[in-house]
Amino acid sequence: MTENSKDQFPKTPSGINGLDEIMMGGFPSGRPVLICGGAGCGKTLFGVQFLVNGILKHDEPGVFMSFEETANDLSMNVKSLGFDLDELQESGKLKVDHVRIERSEIEETGEFDLEAIFIRLNHAIDSVGAKRVVLDTVEALFGGIENYGILRAELRRLFSWLKEKGVTTVITGERGKQSFTRQGLEEYVSDCVILLDFRVIDQIATRRLRIVKYRGSMHGTNEYPFLINEDGISVIPVTSLNLTYGSSREIVSTGLTQLDDSLDHGGFYRGSSTLITGSAGTSKTIMAAHFAMASIARQEPVLFFSFEESPEQLVRNMESIGIDFKPHLDSGLLHIKASRPSLQGLEMHLIRFYNALEEIKPRTVIVDPISSLITIGSSSEVRAMLIRLLDTLKNKQINAVFTALTQSNFKDKGDLTVEAISSLSDAWIDLNNNRKNRRQHRTMRIVKARGMGHDPEAQEFMITDNGFRFTIPTEQMTDTTN
Amino acid sequence: MKKEKKWELRLYIAGQTPKSVIALENITKYCKKHLTDNYNIEIIDLLENPQLAEGDQIFAIPTLVRRVPEPLRKIIGDLSNEEKVLVGLNIRPLDK
Repeated sequence: MTENSKDQFPKTPSGINGLDEIMMGGFPSGRPVLICGGAGCGKTLFGVQFLVNGILKHDEPGVFMSFEETANDLSMNVKSLGFDLDELQESGKLKVDHVRIERSEIEETGEFDLEAIFIRLNHAIDSVGAKRVVLDTVEALFGGIENYGILRAELRRLFSWLKEKGVTTVITGERGKQSFTRQGLEEYVSDCVILLDFRVIDQIATRRLRIVKYRGSMHGTNEYPFLINEDGISVIPVTSLNLTYGSSREIVSTGLTQLDDSLDHGGFYRGSSTLITGSAGTSKTIMAAHFAMASIARQEPVLFFSFEESPEQLVRNMESIGIDFKPHLDSGLLHIKASRPSLQGLEMHLIRFYNALEEIKPRTVIVDPISSLITIGSSSEVRAMLIRLLDTLKNKQINAVFTALTQSNFKDKGDLTVEAISSLSDAWIDLNNNRKNRRQHRTMRIVKARGMGHDPEAQEFMITDNGFRFTIPTEQMTDTTN
Repeated sequence: MKKEKKWELRLYIAGQTPKSVIALENITKYCKKHLTDNYNIEIIDLLENPQLAEGDQIFAIPTLVRRVPEPLRKIIGDLSNEEKVLVGLNIRPLDK
């Protein structure tokens, strides 16, 4: 839980990955939260995840009152996401109550109230000692009860009763045309309103979330993409929230002696990010592979994201220049994750990224090449995603290496994405390929290295059976810096 | 005329609220009038037995449930409209 001097009231972790960060700690404890969205946008799952993680991670029992799905359907539907509601019910931490209202068998005459719902809810809350409650979707009552006057008054009473009861409640509501919810529930639940949205952009389905209102608390105001995958809902807070990570003074080798020697401290700081740019065929991947081997030599796991080569292809190609990935793949020190950039939306890549970070806990991450992500997102999106990614890696003190393909005329006309990444990364190495006198001259130049002096001269190298080999540049090749 | 089964009704209340008292008075009156002795009214106070609300899917108070004859019927409210209650329970008025 985060303590923020401006947020005086306590907060309850939402159980949704990434959401607490946007909400500065989570939902308002003991108060209702309204989640609204159209059909199929994940409202129910949102509620289930809030309860399940409340039980599993924070030892806060919960009550799920369903006005639509039966308890059986509900538990079947979320089972595929790894939520076992039956087991939680048996352990006495969860109570699912399905309120079924069959219009055809009900007649209304005279005065009534919804006290029975209060009693059911109260009984359920007390029976498991619930701290969290979900009402999904309370608006179904409008289909079963004719007297809206009574219903509205009772809902208002219900929400304030829940507040008095001190349980943190998630109320889901169907998105209306004019208002956030069809029945204007936002009038009653005014503390915190979250809007879910599901739309298709460029043929890629994207889910987005926005915090419309959060009384008394700061919150992120953007639309944040979220995903539903085998781990449930994850929100990606695309904009960076702070720059508070610690900075390491430890130096790690790049894996290339000559490069280490060109840097005043004999390597890069741990947890720093390095950008390797160059046009096609300038050995960016090979250089990244050297970084990977250096990490492996330190017995530190490496996560290699390959967007252009399959793992087998990468292993074979590296083998041809004497870099043997295979034993390290087997020993678990090296993990290669390959995928086509266009196969998934940008969010999906980011989520896969986070999941892999969680699972593998690498000390070095390589993205090869980061420029191919541009094909699936607008430049601003890619940039936002990278900021987020870099922040995460920094926070975890993971060394990052990104390669980026640049056009050969790059020096005249700035490449947008490269510009964006280069300003974010701590170090920038540019690789070059010149043909002169029928000979190929490969050069490496350190463009920048934050926090340490470096050799600004371009250095010539060759690709040999053992990877990079630096050579002493001869006089006539001094103009290779372009 | 075939012999009818005994009517089984249940009235769900939550404490002795005016609405519940009126509902009980009303249903007793209608039953005496139209079902003579062929009925039984069970009163369930949810304040005492909250766990019983789930079984009959009770959400409103007061709720009258017709359990026999089937199918199950529910009438919510203080039952002040006699005609509606009779229609709802499908009771044929005797005085017609």
